[in-house]
Amino acid sequence: MPRRLLFSSRRNRNGGNGFGAPELRNPERELHRFRRRLSVAAVLVGLAFAGLFARFFYLQVIQHAHFETRAETNRIAIVPIPPNRGVITDRNGVVLAQSYSGYSLEITPSQVGNLDRTIDELSKVVDIDGRDRKRFHKLMEESKDFETLPLRTRLSDEEVARFAVNRYRFPGVEIKARLFRQYPFGAIASHVLGYIGRINDKDVERIASWDQAANYKGTDTIGKAGVELSYERDLHGTTGVEDVEVDANGRAVRTLKRTPPIAGDNLRLSLDIGLQQVAEAAFGDRRGALVAIDPTNGDVLAFVSKPGFDPNLFVDGIDSASWQDLNESPDKPLLDRPLRGAYPPGSTIKPYLALAALHSGKRTPSQTIFDPGYFQIPGQSHKFRDDKPGGHGVVDMYKALVVSCDTYFYTLASETDIDDTARFLSKFGFGQKTGIDIEGELTGVLPSRAWKRQRFAGKNYPDDARKWYLGDSVSAGIGQGYNAFTPIQLAHAIAMLANDGIGYTPHLVKSVQDTRTGAITAIASEPSSRLDVRPDQLALVKSALVGVAKEGTSAAVFKDAKYVSAGKTGTAQVFSLKGEKYSEHRVDERLRDHAWYEAYAPADHPKIAVAVLVENGGFGAEAAAPIARKVFDFYLLGEAAPGAAQVTPLTPGDEGD
Amino acid sequence: MGNPIGNTLQRGWEVLTRRIDSMLFGAALAIVCVGLVTLFSASDESVARVTNQALSFAFAIALMWLFANIPPQTLARGAVPLYVVAVALLVAVALFGVVVNGSRRWLNLGLARFQPSELMKVALPMMLAWYFQKFEGRIGWRDFAFAGLLIAVPVYLIKRQPDLGTALLIGASGFYVLYLAGLSWRVIAGLLLLAAAVGPVVWTHLHDYQRARILTFIDPSRDPLGAGYHSMQASIALGSGGIVGKGWLNGTQTHLDFLPERHTDFIFAVFGEEFGLIGNAVLLLLYLLLIGRAMVITANASTMFARLIAGAITLMFFTYAFVNMAMVSGLLPVVGVPLPLVSYGGTALISLFIGLGILMSVHAHRKLVIS
Repeated sequence: MPRRLLFSSRRNRNGGNGFGAPELRNPERELHRFRRRLSVAAVLVGLAFAGLFARFFYLQVIQHAHFETRAETNRIAIVPIPPNRGVITDRNGVVLAQSYSGYSLEITPSQVGNLDRTIDELSKVVDIDGRDRKRFHKLMEESKDFETLPLRTRLSDEEVARFAVNRYRFPGVEIKARLFRQYPFGAIASHVLGYIGRINDKDVERIASWDQAANYKGTDTIGKAGVELSYERDLHGTTGVEDVEVDANGRAVRTLKRTPPIAGDNLRLSLDIGLQQVAEAAFGDRRGALVAIDPTNGDVLAFVSKPGFDPNLFVDGIDSASWQDLNESPDKPLLDRPLRGAYPPGSTIKPYLALAALHSGKRTPSQTIFDPGYFQIPGQSHKFRDDKPGGHGVVDMYKALVVSCDTYFYTLASETDIDDTARFLSKFGFGQKTGIDIEGELTGVLPSRAWKRQRFAGKNYPDDARKWYLGDSVSAGIGQGYNAFTPIQLAHAIAMLANDGIGYTPHLVKSVQDTRTGAITAIASEPSSRLDVRPDQLALVKSALVGVAKEGTSAAVFKDAKYVSAGKTGTAQVFSLKGEKYSEHRVDERLRDHAWYEAYAPADHPKIAVAVLVENGGFGAEAAAPIARKVFDFYLLGEAAPGAAQVTPLTPGDEGD
Repeated sequence: MGNPIGNTLQRGWEVLTRRIDSMLFGAALAIVCVGLVTLFSASDESVARVTNQALSFAFAIALMWLFANIPPQTLARGAVPLYVVAVALLVAVALFGVVVNGSRRWLNLGLARFQPSELMKVALPMMLAWYFQKFEGRIGWRDFAFAGLLIAVPVYLIKRQPDLGTALLIGASGFYVLYLAGLSWRVIAGLLLLAAAVGPVVWTHLHDYQRARILTFIDPSRDPLGAGYHSMQASIALGSGGIVGKGWLNGTQTHLDFLPERHTDFIFAVFGEEFGLIGNAVLLLLYLLLIGRAMVITANASTMFARLIAGAITLMFFTYAFVNMAMVSGLLPVVGVPLPLVSYGGTALISLFIGLGILMSVHAHRKLVIS
């Protein structure tokens, strides 16, 4: 191939003729065009490199003197001093999360030749167990190798001294003073507090989006869940700066200037840790959720998600075995059930449907139906069954709520338009986020025609699937069908009912304290929603709920209570038996019904409202109502007894093993 | 001549070297040596790290030899399957990828983790080169539109990992093939105009921190503790190096820990501080030698596929070198692009030498027809 063709300058048409009309095959011309394109690129490459050289010339010759002085004076290293993270306490000042300083043994992998041998040698000086090793290897995988990574944390003074003597043997290994987060109550309230963990790339972007990159220099952990995540910016504080003069070897010689860090804000939660402990204990080994709210201001008094996890495991980076246990357990301990568990509400929806019927005039309190034990849509054979085989006989609204008569509500639902129902229920916050001050809340499902159309909009669904059927309404009438609510939604709704239709956005943090000035900023609790119903209609529903606890489905549980409470049981089907009779013993544990109880007390002047869910607990009155009773007993009666006596945190150093 | 052992050795040597282009290899070898010398200084005289890089280098040479011995037409046959596999792997990453540092870029293969976007760096230009070869002589606007789609799919998948830097580089490699295949100047001008017009719109849609990064690039002193720090310290390192530099292992910026990422993305600042303008000029000339030789090979390639793939490799090599040096010297904002053949990192070194191997193969297998 003749070399002279390279960078040839033979005239040709513009190279753009490839665009548009197809052209004749002409290899030589094409080759020629290609070479001209290449020549243009070569010229650009030359220009770009000339530009680079010009820039180097500018920096290294013209500006040389300037930069030389900069480099000379560049003997001052700016060292960040991370701030102390804010303390989290419960409403009574009991500490739930705190930071303390301690020593950790850290390795810079890039400066260590044989890592495994170094760790083996180190383990002769300082205790290093298998979990430390595993955790360290996981950290290695997740970070760049010039980073300094902790191998062992919380060294004892003796270990620090022993390492100091042997230090010369371990280049690339050092002892650092660090701040550690500690959660004295372990797994109690773990989903409220969340946890902190090492900063990853996504966190770095988050920090950058707050324009806080400089403020996080020297900080290596960040809130990852719960209050620790949602209030990260309050808790973190302001990083201090030390200007240190360094010698030719880069060692600090003296401190020139020091701006101390400002510790993060302290948070006081609305949570009562004593109540929280009682509530968690009441669940025993069962899975479920509980949210207790002060109906007069939206304070979340207890927030249970069972099972929980020990947040202390995450603080220094969790080892992969523990992570796998948590992540893959069928009990889903990492699932924040009150916010992210959407369950069919079952009969707990009935008080709101009754109120809707009164409000719209579909029912009067005295209007009755006859319940033969089932309901049929006229012209259809399918029987929607009541849980009492023979039926409840003649039933008015009061009785329908007290005995939880399904047929009454089947009938009501069959006469009510689902969109009207959805519109009324949405005023209680169903199907929406409640706006609680921690992240991750689900909206749940409040079914309507529009919802169903959208849910089944996909092409693989037949047109029929998008249509709303009367049967859908009938199932929804007892809280089955498409309904799915989160426990926080139900707690918010029952609190709103208890407070005569005035709702508050639930919140976990009650006040924020600036650690520098000591000023305390309370989180405002203004009513967030107001229900527009007649007082006598509200009073009827509320009296029926008192009836439930006095003579109805939960009467046995609340016998002899020293206060009057109001509530409603619920049992939500997990699994449809297609007309067969449900028998608890014949159904696999995980397919058993979920048990619900929503309640408030005292009935005339509610101080606490609660929603309890026991997963696969069976009948609501048996599984869930007793938990509500224990919570009420403690909160309403145990107040006289010193609550603090019941508060038993783990001693520091005890947890995490 | 009559010595059998001598003959065998001679034949063996011939098999080893006949496909190796001495000028290309010589330039690359010189640059790698510059890299190892600088790395020793940048890593605070860590023998382990230099050894590690040298081992990657040895492995990279072996792969270069292997690729130099694969005829371009054999490579072309693999283009479509390679592209399809690479796209499938990117989709797999999106679905079941391992999240490392908050980005979903890796696939876990049991033994090791693998980053499919690396594979795409080779697969996309090969696919496009194959496509244009197949329709050689009757390439119309439809083909360019389809090629645009072939580029857009992997670029989109990588961008949402998220890894905008790699997405842009892979997009550039695709664009180079289109350019060399004869994409109309009018379309190129149109694309540039479009980019200029879209710029202000993009600006309003950027996150605050992304805007801050760009503003910091314009004025690094704006944020001395944050993003401007790298850029400023790198400029100080280069500028204080002067004409002859501070001498090997004597860079104060380097050894007093002022330079960040100094064995990877910012290694050029270490080099410039210790070897000065003269050192920089030598390194630029070495790169020019390598790129120039690669262009000659490209110009003499015999088939459309060989031409386009060689051209794309050459221009990508240039792009990496230029973007990195421009970033370190403050001409471009800080983006994560390593300096080819110099920055520490085995994967990049291996990919680059595979590229050089393909260039050598293109050269060795050019048909000596018109003579």
